[in-house]
Formats: sequence, C-alpha cells, structure tokens
Amino acid sequence: MTESNTRDLFPGALEMMILESLRRQPAHGYALVQHIQQRSNNLLQVEEGSLYPALQRLLKAKLVKAEWGMSSTNRRVRTYQITVSGLRHLEQQISSFERMFEGIALVLNPGKSPAS
Amino acid sequence: MNWIPSIFRRRKLYNDLAEEMRLHMEEHAEQLMGEGMSRREAEQEARRAFGNRTLIEERSRVVWQWPTLESIWADLRFALRQLRRSPGFTVAAVLTLALAIGANAVVFAVLNAFILRPLNVPQRESLYEVENADDIMGYESYPDYLDLRDRNRSFDALAAYNISQAGLDTGNDPSRVWLYEASGNYFDVLGIQPFLGRVFHGTDEHGPNSAPYIVLAYAYWHDHFQDDRGVVGRVVQVNKHPFTIIGVAPPGFHGTLMIFSPDFFVPIVNQEQVDGLNFLNARGNALVPALMGHLKAGVSASQATADLNSIRSYLEKTYPKDHGHKTLVLARPALGGDWIGRPLRAFLSGLMLLAGLILLAACANLGNLFAARAADRSREVALRLALGSSRMRILRQLLTEAVLISLAGGAAGLAGSVVLLHRLSAWQPFPEFPMNIPVNPDANVYLVALVLALVSGFLFGIIPVRQVFRVNPYEIVKAGSTGRVGRRITARDILLVVQIAICAVLVTSSMVAVRGLARSLHSNFGFEPRNAMLVFTDLGMAGYSGDKLPAMQRRMIDAMEAIPGVKSVGLVDSPPLHMGWDPQSVFADQTTDLKPSNAAAIAITFNISPEYFRAAGTALLAGRSFSWNDDKNSPRVAVVNREFAGKILGSETDAIGRHFKMSDGTRIEVVGIAEDGKYTANLTEDPQPAMFLPILQSLSSQTYLVVRSGRDPQQLVAAIRNKLRDLDPGLPAFVQTWYEEMNGALFASRMATVSLGVLGVMGVMLSITGIFGMAAYSVSKRLRELGIRIALGAQRKEVLQAALGRPLKLLAWGSAAGLLLGLLATRVLAYIVYQATPRDPLVLTGVVLAMMLLGLVATWIPAQRALSVNPLILLREE
Repeated sequence: MTESNTRDLFPGALEMMILESLRRQPAHGYALVQHIQQRSNNLLQVEEGSLYPALQRLLKAKLVKAEWGMSSTNRRVRTYQITVSGLRHLEQQISSFERMFEGIALVLNPGKSPAS
Repeated sequence: MNWIPSIFRRRKLYNDLAEEMRLHMEEHAEQLMGEGMSRREAEQEARRAFGNRTLIEERSRVVWQWPTLESIWADLRFALRQLRRSPGFTVAAVLTLALAIGANAVVFAVLNAFILRPLNVPQRESLYEVENADDIMGYESYPDYLDLRDRNRSFDALAAYNISQAGLDTGNDPSRVWLYEASGNYFDVLGIQPFLGRVFHGTDEHGPNSAPYIVLAYAYWHDHFQDDRGVVGRVVQVNKHPFTIIGVAPPGFHGTLMIFSPDFFVPIVNQEQVDGLNFLNARGNALVPALMGHLKAGVSASQATADLNSIRSYLEKTYPKDHGHKTLVLARPALGGDWIGRPLRAFLSGLMLLAGLILLAACANLGNLFAARAADRSREVALRLALGSSRMRILRQLLTEAVLISLAGGAAGLAGSVVLLHRLSAWQPFPEFPMNIPVNPDANVYLVALVLALVSGFLFGIIPVRQVFRVNPYEIVKAGSTGRVGRRITARDILLVVQIAICAVLVTSSMVAVRGLARSLHSNFGFEPRNAMLVFTDLGMAGYSGDKLPAMQRRMIDAMEAIPGVKSVGLVDSPPLHMGWDPQSVFADQTTDLKPSNAAAIAITFNISPEYFRAAGTALLAGRSFSWNDDKNSPRVAVVNREFAGKILGSETDAIGRHFKMSDGTRIEVVGIAEDGKYTANLTEDPQPAMFLPILQSLSSQTYLVVRSGRDPQQLVAAIRNKLRDLDPGLPAFVQTWYEEMNGALFASRMATVSLGVLGVMGVMLSITGIFGMAAYSVSKRLRELGIRIALGAQRKEVLQAALGRPLKLLAWGSAAGLLLGLLATRVLAYIVYQATPRDPLVLTGVVLAMMLLGLVATWIPAQRALSVNPLILLREE
C-alpha cells in the first residue's frame, strides 16, 4: 500500500470537483464517486481513499455541510451540501484554475491563442 | 478557536464517518448484486474496491486532529498496553534504569552540593580563600593575618576564622560545643545579616578578651534554646567565662566550611578564653586556618595573589625567625580551599564517571533487551508494515516505549535517591564533630535525572532501529521469524562483553577494597584500639589552667584506674589517627639557626602521661618510658619512634641519650624508642617521625584518657562518667571506643569501599539482566531448532551448549578483560584504601566465583526453557 500517488491530480483538484458536483446537486459519498466518474467519461477514477479525507477537510473548512437523510433509492445516506462560503471558494478556485490552465496551454502550444 | 468543542464533537464525527463508509460499501455491494453478482462476491468486491478502510478512516480523522500530538498519545497508550502485557520485561527494565539513574542522581547531587553549588553567601563569585601553595592548608598566625588584612590592596576586607571547641554552661548540664573564633569583620565581609539581635563587627574588637559575645548558629538556637527569642542579651558561661548572646545567625548560614556546622561564633580576640592560651601575639604560631574575603572590583585573582605574596615576602624578611618560605595562592572557599576540596573533587569525579559507566551499561543492556523484543515482535512489525503502517511510525512507537520505560525508571530512581539524599543530609559520620552535609536535591538534580532518563531512553530505544528497517514483511509473514544463526560478532555481542567487563572491574575493585579495609582494621597501627575507650575532656572548659591541669589529670587517671576491670590508663593530648594532629619542627642538636627551613624534620608530637604506652599498646623498643618525675623541674626528655631516631638522630640503636632541639631552642634528650605507627588521619601514610613528650613538661588542657580494660570497654561507659562527675560535675566529657574514634581515619577508605560495593552490586545486576536478555533471546529465537535437535535425540548437554554457548563465551571473555582491568584499576585504589592489593588469591577466586555465579543466575531461566522444549508441540505449531 503506497500513500502518495492516490492523491488527486494536483492539490485542490479533487476538492474543486467535489464542490462543483455538490453545487449542481447535494449528494452522498457513493453518489459523488459515481458522479465524478460519469462526468469525466470514466477518465477520472475517484478513490475512496482520497474522497473521504477530502470530504472531511471540506467539512472542517465549512465549505460543505452534511446531514443524515434518506436517498431517492430509500437508503440511509449522509448527504453533503455546498455552503455559501463553499460556493465562493469554488468560484475563486475555478477562476484561478482557469488562469493556470491558460498559462499551461500557452506554454505547451506557444503558437495558438487559447481563446481561439 | 473552536477546537475545544471540536474535541467533544469528535466522537460523533468519527462515528458518522465510520457509518458513512460502511453504508458506502453496502451500497456498492448492492449495486454489484444488481448487476448479477452473488452477495458474497459483491461484498468482497466492494471491500476490495474501497481499499484499506481502517487506513482511510484514519486519514480522514487526521483532518480533525493535531496529528503528531494525537498519534503520540496513541503510541503512548499502545506502549502502555504492550508493557503491561510483559510485566517481567517491564519490571526488569524499569528496575535496571531506576538503579542506574538513581545512582547517577545521588552522585550528582553530592557533586552538585559540594562542588557546583558554592557557599550560601551573597556575591560568592568574588569570594576567595587564602591558602598555602605547598601544603594546601592555609594556616597563618594571627599577627600575620592582621598584616595581610591591613597591607593588601586587593581585598575589600579580609576575614579570618578558627574552629575550636569549648564547654558551654547555660545553667543546666555543661556541654561541649564547637564554635568559630571569627575576626570581628567576619559577618560584614561575608554580608551575613543576623536572624535575631545583631552580629559582631570589627568595631567590637578592643584587644584580647574585649568582646565576650556569642552569635548562635540558627540550628543550635533552634535545638538548644527552643527558638526562644528572649535569648538575646542572656549571659552564658564559655569555659567558665561570661559571654553575652548578642544574636542568632540566619538559617541558611553554617559558617564557611561546608561540611562542618559550628554551634556558635565568638570574636577571635576572645580566643584565649576559649582555647586556654593566647595566640594573638604569636607570630610564629600559624594557628588561624582560614582567611577569606571579596576581591575588590577590577582586581583579578592573579593580581591579588601577587599582592599577597609581596606582603608575605615582606613578613618573611621582617620576621625571619618566625617564617619559613611559603607561597600563598587563592582558592575557592567552602571546602577549606583545596584541603578537602581536592581529594573530594577527585573522589566525586571518579564516582561520577563510574556511575556514568553504569548507566551506559544499563543502556547497552536494555538496548539488547529491546532488540530482542523487537525481534520477537518481528511478526507484529511485519504485519503492521503489510497493513500500511510506515516504518517511521513503528520506530516512533518503539522509541515511545523506550522513553516511557526510561521515564518510569528515572522517576523511580529519583524517588529512591531523594530518600537516600535526605538521609545522607542528616548523617553524622563522626559523633565528635557536628557535620553538615547539605546534599538535599535541588532543581539541578531533578533536571539531570530527567535528561539522563530521556537520553538513555533514546539511546537504548535507537538500538533496534536497523533491525526494524531491515524487516521484510512478506518474508516474515510467510515464513515466521526464522532467526538466522549468525556466527558473526555483532555490535550487540561487543556491548555485552564491554558491560560484563565493566561489571567485572567493579566487582574486582570492590573486593580489593573490602579486603583492604578488613586487613587494615587488623593491621598494626602502632597502638591497639581493641578494648580501649577514649575519654575526651578539656579541663579548660571547667576553668582549670596552669598547675591545676596536671593535678586534675592525675586525679582523673587515678579515678579511672580505680574502676574494676580497668587494666591501665594513659593520657594523650591527641591520640594517633585523630583528626587534629600536631606537627612540630625539630632540629639537629648542632643546628644553631632555628629557622623552619633548617629543620631536620617535622615530627608529629604527642604529649602523654607515663602510662600511655602501656594503655595504648604501643611497644617500647628500647630505653624507658616517662615517670611522674619527668616534670617541668627536671631535664626535658622525649621518647621518639624508630623513624625519628633513624632520620634525625642518624641511628636507631644508639639514639638513646642523644639530644635534639625544638624551634624555641629547647634541648631534649631521647630516653626511649617506640615502634612506628600511623599518626595522621590517614592509614596510607608513609612512616613519619613522631615524638612523645611528658605531659608534665608540655601542659595540655585538652586530653584523651585511654582506658584499657580486659572486657568489653562499652560496659565501662557509665562507670567512667560517674567517676568524672564525682571529680568535677562541671566538666563535660565525651566517651567513645577507640575504634569509633578511628572512624575519621578510616572514613575515606570506608566510603570508597561502600561506594564501590554499591556500584559493584549494580554492575552485577546489570550484567545479569544483560546476559539474561541475550540468553533468553538466543533461546527463543532458536526454539524450533532446539526442538528438532531434541527430537533427533540431542543430549541435555548439547542442547544447553547450543542455546547458551554464546552468552557464556561472552561472559568468559568479558570477565577476563574486566578482571585484568580491575587489577590495574586497584593500583589507584591503593591510594585511598590502606593495604588494597590486587595480588590476593582470595580476590582472584572471589571474582571468578562471583562471575560464574552471575552467569548461572542469568542463564538459569533460559536454560530451563531450552531444556523443557517439547518438540512435538513446537513442530505442530508451525
């Protein structure tokens, strides 16, 4: 069992994806795994080993809140919901991520403009 | 900060998390079942997909924790559980450390009290004592003191004191007391403020016997005046002279010689009333043992030394008759300068070194045990590694265990040493002198114990590190701990050998010391202490002087002789091997210029009554003893010892009838030759010249009656006291056996022997645990092999050889090396313990036997275990 490479793509990416998923719709842990996997066309595999620590971090930072309830399939689940500060945090993260992505794209493809 | 409520919320958080994760897997499994898997397959697959649940849970929890702190706490709890599971190991380890750390704490506390913690006076950094470069005792005459005090430009002021004893009569039973005769400026120089009343000052001194004042020491006031504040102003009798109590010194002040606490202080100008004779004007009589003062600001110690020596050479030039040449040096006060300080420092440093070695041995030892344990637990370690624990984490866990043990051991050791130190502080090794051994532990001692505990914990905790890092979990889980049977010499072996060697050194030296001490108790001192009582009286304390002294002394001797059972009674001013001996310069008869540098020798001088030789058991080799007719009207005579006869008179045989001179010019005729003996309070001294003078020709008020009887002299004590009380109820007497009196002379060797004995016992204990650890380890590692051997028909002897051959071989090597080193070390010991010789067959056999016994004890249990191996059970287990 190795520890390091089960972390997400880059620091904060997993949190960002979780927040984005929760922004669309509150969900419980299992649903989050499924959701991210589907949305990424199975390109991204979220491991539980990363998901639950990340959820705890978000909970602690009060970016999400959790509540026990019943799911649509009538299962007892702990549903996570994004908070107001979570929304704000997500927006900042996305914009800084986009800037970073822009920068990376410029470096990798010096000829093209990313806008085009 | 919201961490306080979060601690209480945590349990719920963790429960939520665990529940959530369980549900996660359940949902996954259900989904898989929906896809057509069987329940078992689905659950298995869900678990597999989820990964290491415990690890994930732990990592998720970490978010809410202070990770390091809490994992240390967890380590601690785990370590406690582990230790509780093997109480034998824990107790052995804690006990070993308690002994080792306790020993270090005790030795350090003594070192701290005497060497590191200076006198309890203000501004001690600039306080220096004047001493003589050659004989390290700083005696000056009182007139010289005055010159040094007034002429020096280096000291703020120079104080002086002399230690003396007197009879104190407060209206009840007169008793003997010890006091300082201190210069008037003594308290002012030291900056000591009175606790009660006032202290005396330089302005109180108006010539001899002008200041009959007493400043009581706090302890004496507390014990003998019951804290009576009305004591100030009271008039008491000191040697029948009225003195006024003017004050009480503060509680922490015990004078300026650390080991000795006086009962009170009187001005030195009144010394005649205390000592019976006046030395204030005797320039040639160096009777003031200590001068001390604060250096002026900006004056260095070497400048002050030069200053003092220029005054000294001026004095030598001005009064050539009274002075030999000597060089003054400065030393730290507190231990009489270097007089007690130097040997004590050497002794304590040696002891500290030994204690340190013991602790190192203990660490090596526990390191072994820990390594063995780590190996026994290699399966557990492998399992934990396989389950995703990091090596660092396991290491930290092992270290936590080690530090826990070392702290427990340190605490236990410290507790023991505190008890011991408190008893040591109250200890009075010499009944005659009020001792002050201020070794109560202070913050330094606690700190040192803590640091030692931590350091040793890390030391022995770190030993199994390599082993842990080498562990290959898959191998061990698959195969069990195989235990390579290495023939290579490992660091562990060397540690054990070193430890056994250290133990053997200690055992050897303590045996040599014990033998030496036992022999020295029965060696020839030049007198026979058995069946003899010593009765100390100071007639000055009861007001006798001049011609009344010898008359009273004769009456005392007669009274003692009248006691039934008493064989003979003698009188001596200071018995041999007593702390206060009297060295005097003697000159050849033809010498005319009687300055000290022309002296033929320094002879220890005893003033004795005619019957002394018989009472003391000193053999007279030739000539005659004295009679009561050798008084001040008859020619001066002396009995000298063989050394004196050979050294000063040139020959032992025809010394009788020849003359020698004293420093005052008196010619003395030798009338007898006595055997050599031990004189100064040191059994290891070389033969010294000694002379015995008739007490009628050199009067002395302080004397010891030597009462020799045919039976146990202890039974005579009451009779002796009664007789003396009948003679003079106002005369304090101090009765003890001669052996008791000799405690002072034997003190150093006794202490050395006891210390070495204690250290030796510790060394033995350490070695036992060390060998035990290794043997037990070796047996448990090779249990399977031993089982197979037994199954194949190995004999008991062969099994034992296989199991214990190695530890026993190491024991043999270590013992041999230690014995050799120990014999070398005892050469040093011979300086402290009289007749300590390593060339002693008893010591050699003793050491070998002790080490063999040690090996037997240490390997007994492992051997039993090896022999009782049941191959069937063992092989079935695997």
